[in-house]
Amino acid sequence: MTARLASAPASAPARARRRRHIATAYLFLAPSAIPLAAFVLYPMFGAARNSLFQWNLISDPVWVGLGNYGELFTDSATLRAFGNTVLYIVGTVPLVFIGGLMLALALNRAIKGRNLLRGIYFLPVITSWIAVAIVWRWLLNPSVGVVNNVLATIGIEGPGWWTDPQWSLPSIILASAWKDLGFVMVLLLAGLQAIPQEIREAAMLDGANAWRRLRSVTLPLLSPSIFFVVIISLINGFQVFDQVYAMTGGGPAGSSDVVVLRIYTLAFRYGEAGMASALSMLLFAIVLAITLIQIKGEKRWVTYA
Amino acid sequence: MRSRLLTRGLLVALLILGALAMVFPFVWTLITSLTSGAGLSATPSLIPEDPSLDAYFTLFGTTNFGRAVLNSVGLAVIITFLQVATSALAAYGFARFDFPGKRVMFAVYLATMMIPIQVLIVPLFTQMRDMGLINSYWGVILPSTASAFGVFLLRQAIATVPREFDEAATIDGAGRVRIFTTIVLPLIKPALATFAVFGFMSSWNSFLWPLIVLRADGLKTLPVALASLQGQHATQWDVLMAGSVISILPMLALYVFAQKYVVQGATGSGLK
Repeated sequence: MTARLASAPASAPARARRRRHIATAYLFLAPSAIPLAAFVLYPMFGAARNSLFQWNLISDPVWVGLGNYGELFTDSATLRAFGNTVLYIVGTVPLVFIGGLMLALALNRAIKGRNLLRGIYFLPVITSWIAVAIVWRWLLNPSVGVVNNVLATIGIEGPGWWTDPQWSLPSIILASAWKDLGFVMVLLLAGLQAIPQEIREAAMLDGANAWRRLRSVTLPLLSPSIFFVVIISLINGFQVFDQVYAMTGGGPAGSSDVVVLRIYTLAFRYGEAGMASALSMLLFAIVLAITLIQIKGEKRWVTYA
Repeated sequence: MRSRLLTRGLLVALLILGALAMVFPFVWTLITSLTSGAGLSATPSLIPEDPSLDAYFTLFGTTNFGRAVLNSVGLAVIITFLQVATSALAAYGFARFDFPGKRVMFAVYLATMMIPIQVLIVPLFTQMRDMGLINSYWGVILPSTASAFGVFLLRQAIATVPREFDEAATIDGAGRVRIFTTIVLPLIKPALATFAVFGFMSSWNSFLWPLIVLRADGLKTLPVALASLQGQHATQWDVLMAGSVISILPMLALYVFAQKYVVQGATGSGLK
C-alpha cells in the first residue's frame, strides 16, 4: 500500500482523470470486444468441448473422451475427404502460383493496356463462388457444355467432368485456378513494385541477362511476397467449401468430398456433431500450424529488400 | 533488336489470349441467360440469334429470387455499417488510449483472425438455436458485428494521423467523441472505404454461414438461393445463368467504380 502511494503520488483529480481515461477506452472497445468474445472465442471453446462428446445436436451429449478423434482416423469417408483436400491443394496451389507469378512478371513491364489486362485477370476474384461454380458446371457440362462441344470439333471426346469420379476433383481445380489466379497476381505485383528499380538496373549494368536477373535478383527480393502467397493459399486451400458444394456436392460417390463439407455433412446430415467438432479442431490445428510457420518463417529465411 | 520485338509481341498476344480465356465464362454466362431454353431446346451461340429475357422473367416471376436479392443487399449494408463502426471505434481505442491489458487484448483480437468460421459452425449453430435466431436475419448479423481484421487495418490508418491534431482539438475543448468523429474519421477515409468494400464483398459473397442459419425460403440470401435454384432447376441453364448474372453484376459495378478499393479490399487481408 505504501509502495503504491509512493510510486503514484497523483492527486485525487488526476486519479479520477486516469480512471475516466481507462473507462472511455473500454467503451470504445466494447462494441467489437463483446461480439468477438461471444461469437468467436466462446464457440471456439464450444468446439473443443463438443469434440469430446457423442452428440446429435438434440439429445443429451455422451462423454466419449478422445473417441471422436480416434474415429476420424478410421472413418474412410473422412479420410477420403482429407485426402481430397490435400489433392485439391497440390493441384491448385502450384498452378495458381506459377500462373500468377508469370502474369505478375509480364504485367509489371511497360506494356500498353496493362491496367486493363490486370483488371481482367483480377475479375473472377471479386465474384461469388456459388455463382461462378454454377457457371463452371455449365461450361463443363459433359453433354451440352461449351468445353466438350469445342473439344468435339477438334475430334477429342471430352471427359465427364463433374459427373465422373475421376474428373470431379480436376473440374474443381480448374475452376479454382481460374478464380484465384488474379488474387495471386495482385499480391505478387505489389511485391514486385516494392523492389527498388536501381537494384535491377545495377544487375543489368553488370551484364546479367534476363533469366539471371530473375533468378538472382527479382525472385530473392520477392521472397516475402512469395512466402505470404504460399501460406495464404495453403490456409484457404484447407478451408475449401463453396465451390465443392455448388459444383459437385462432394460427389460423385465422395470423389470430391473435402474437409469442411465433411464437417457440414457430419453435423447437419448424420447427427454426428461430436465427430464434426473433432474434425473442426483438426482443421483449426492445421491452420494454426501454418500460421505459426508464417510467423516464424517471416523472421527466418525471407530476404527483405 | 528484332527478336526482342518479336518476343514482346508474342508476350502481348499471349496475355490477350489469356485475358479472353478469363472473360469467356462471364460472356458465356450472359449469352446463355439470354438464350431461352439453353441446354434443353436451344444451344447458345456467340452471337445470340434470338436474345430474350425469358429466363429473367422465369427467375423473378416464379421463384423467390427477388426476395433473395433484397435479403443480400440489406444484410450486406447492415453488416458493413456495423463492422466499419465497431472497428473504427476499437481502432481509435487501441491507437489513442493507454489502459491496463491493452497488449493482451490486441493480441487476442489478432488471434481471433486465425479462427476460420468453418471451425465454428457447429457450436455457433447451437448458440444461435438457443437464442432462437435460426431462420432470423439476426443469426447472420450478430456473429458478423465485429471484425478483428477491420480493427487491425483501421488502427494502422489512425497511427498515421499526427497526435498533435488530437491535442490541438483537446485544447480547443473538444471531447474524445468529437475528436474521433470530426478529426480522425475524415482523415482515414481511404482506409474506411477499403474496409467497407471488403466488408460488403465478404458479406455479399458469403455462403456457408447463411446456408446454415437462413433455411426458410423467403429468408435466403442470394448465394444460398442460387444453390437451391440449382437443385430445383438443374437443367434450366438459362435460368441458372440469369441468377449468376444477377449475383455477379453488383460486384462488377462496384469493381468498375471503385477499382482501387476493391483490389485493396480483396487482397488486403489475404483472407476470403
